[in-house]
Amino acid sequence: MSMTLVQVVVSGLLLGAVYALFSSGLTLIWGMMNVVNFAHGDFVMLGMYTAVMIWTALGGGPWASVPAAAMVIATLGIASYFLLVRHIMRGPMLAQILGTFGLALFLRYGALWTFGANFKTLPDDLVGHSFILAGIRFEGARVLAGVVGLLVTLLLHLLLTRTALGSRMLAVSEDATAAQLMGIRPQRMQALAWGMAGAATGIAGALIATFFYTSPTVGETLAIVAFVTVSFGGFGSVLGALVAGLVIGVVESLSAYLIGPVYKDVIVYILFVAVLWFRPQGLMGKA
Amino acid sequence: MTRRRLIQILLVALVLAYPLVVAGSPVWARLGALVLLAAIGASAWNIVGGYAGQVSVGHSVFFGIGAYSAVVTYTQLGLPPIAGAPIGMALSVLVAAVIGVPTLKLSGHYFSMATIAVAELVRVLSSTSEFLGGAQGLGGPPVPRSVLDLSFISATPYYYIFLAVLAGLLWLTHAIEHGRMGFYLRAIKDSERAARSLGVAAGRYKLYAYMLSAAFTALAGSLYLTMFGFVDPESGFGILISVKMVVMAALGGAGQLFGPLVGALILVPLEELSNSYLGGQGAGLTFVVYGAIILIIARFLPSGLLSLLERRRSAASRAAKTVDGHAD
Repeated sequence: MSMTLVQVVVSGLLLGAVYALFSSGLTLIWGMMNVVNFAHGDFVMLGMYTAVMIWTALGGGPWASVPAAAMVIATLGIASYFLLVRHIMRGPMLAQILGTFGLALFLRYGALWTFGANFKTLPDDLVGHSFILAGIRFEGARVLAGVVGLLVTLLLHLLLTRTALGSRMLAVSEDATAAQLMGIRPQRMQALAWGMAGAATGIAGALIATFFYTSPTVGETLAIVAFVTVSFGGFGSVLGALVAGLVIGVVESLSAYLIGPVYKDVIVYILFVAVLWFRPQGLMGKA
Repeated sequence: MTRRRLIQILLVALVLAYPLVVAGSPVWARLGALVLLAAIGASAWNIVGGYAGQVSVGHSVFFGIGAYSAVVTYTQLGLPPIAGAPIGMALSVLVAAVIGVPTLKLSGHYFSMATIAVAELVRVLSSTSEFLGGAQGLGGPPVPRSVLDLSFISATPYYYIFLAVLAGLLWLTHAIEHGRMGFYLRAIKDSERAARSLGVAAGRYKLYAYMLSAAFTALAGSLYLTMFGFVDPESGFGILISVKMVVMAALGGAGQLFGPLVGALILVPLEELSNSYLGGQGAGLTFVVYGAIILIIARFLPSGLLSLLERRRSAASRAAKTVDGHAD
């Protein structure tokens, strides 16, 4: 009994690390320029398709698809910034929703048109078989995804808080004009943020594709998870997204196990609304 | 001004005569009804999202409550579905108060995200509820028993019902816009802190706007059910329902009386066109165009299409009136 519980918590943590990774890109953009990217889920989806294509075209596993997806989605992020986001940031908040939702539809149905509506899955044993360690069963793909997710998220957090580049980006998010007077180019920093967010999102997508089905509409579901994780953690805080991701992962697995799979989302949403009630700025957001 | 008056009269006449103009084509009559229905939903959203600037992305909660109230009135009591509309509206106002009190404290994007979470919560719960037909949903009367069932083959009766409701809603919105509440809401939208410091009970007025908006969104849901005769968790509480209301209002011009209607006039025909050319790969491509049009409008007219008109008008009259919508 208790062993099963440990198993459930461990798989929750592994899932949570992936949630954290694919939410960190969203929180970075949100914190840096107060833009919510409604196409974020579709960025993840395209990362997943990159992985599927790498496998079908070249027979390559995650070692090839993760860097490839990172590059593809980073490029997409930077392109979106220069062609769309830079301009809609000048408008009201609603313009962001309008613009990024338009982008979401464009990407989602572009994928449908290109790849068809069928679900695609990568082979189960792409990342090795499951193994048992200390009485707990681990699935290769999920362990890889969880560990890489945790590492990349932590790396992103350190990059933002411990390096000169991170300070420059923070300066732009605090006050773009003042930053410009200090010799920082706000647009370059913001484009870089979109590139970094895209890379993290692409990595997350390629990892998720190893254990989850890939379809053009998968982004819609994933986006909601990311929105909840990011507001839960406090926007702008990668560390917040990490903690929130892990909490959500564990709560989801536990409630699926203890109450029933149907109610796992219900519990997560209730928890989320409860957290916002007591801490409107999220777990680690600035008040 | 007389030329403007003439254009207005012509527009009203066209709207009233539209079903007669397209009498030959049931497709076009249906399209007209669908545009009006979407405009009701988006205009209801506009009260809290546009005028008060509280961007709810969870209005599907109220739409779903309206649709389900109508259908449950039929399945449980055997009454015509439309009799459920007042129940749905009352229930929505109640639910809006319950959701609004905690979430309206949140600012900006946090409010939007919280409303998404609540809507998803309701959607998941509705799909597990036996009473609401679970994931399969519920259907209204299969054959109309009397005219009160509002079940017509032709779309023309729906067109006039929806038109009457929309006209009433726009009239009410107009009254609010020019009344005390409208000034309060715009003040809150521009700067809640400033509004509060001037003695506006911001929390209370946001909640009023939210509840009013919820009631009319529920009405849109009940009307949807009378026309489509069926609702399931996705078509009632799905996130796309909420997003479409936001997108239509924003596309036309949020916080403007006719903004949502203009948005609906563009998006609904576009979507119906996409659906009618459905078939294999074509389905994807038309929605690609749909998405592209939305993002291009957002790129070049971030304050919505009506801002174009405003710009022309202000340029013509040389009035140094600032273009609305550049808050923050």
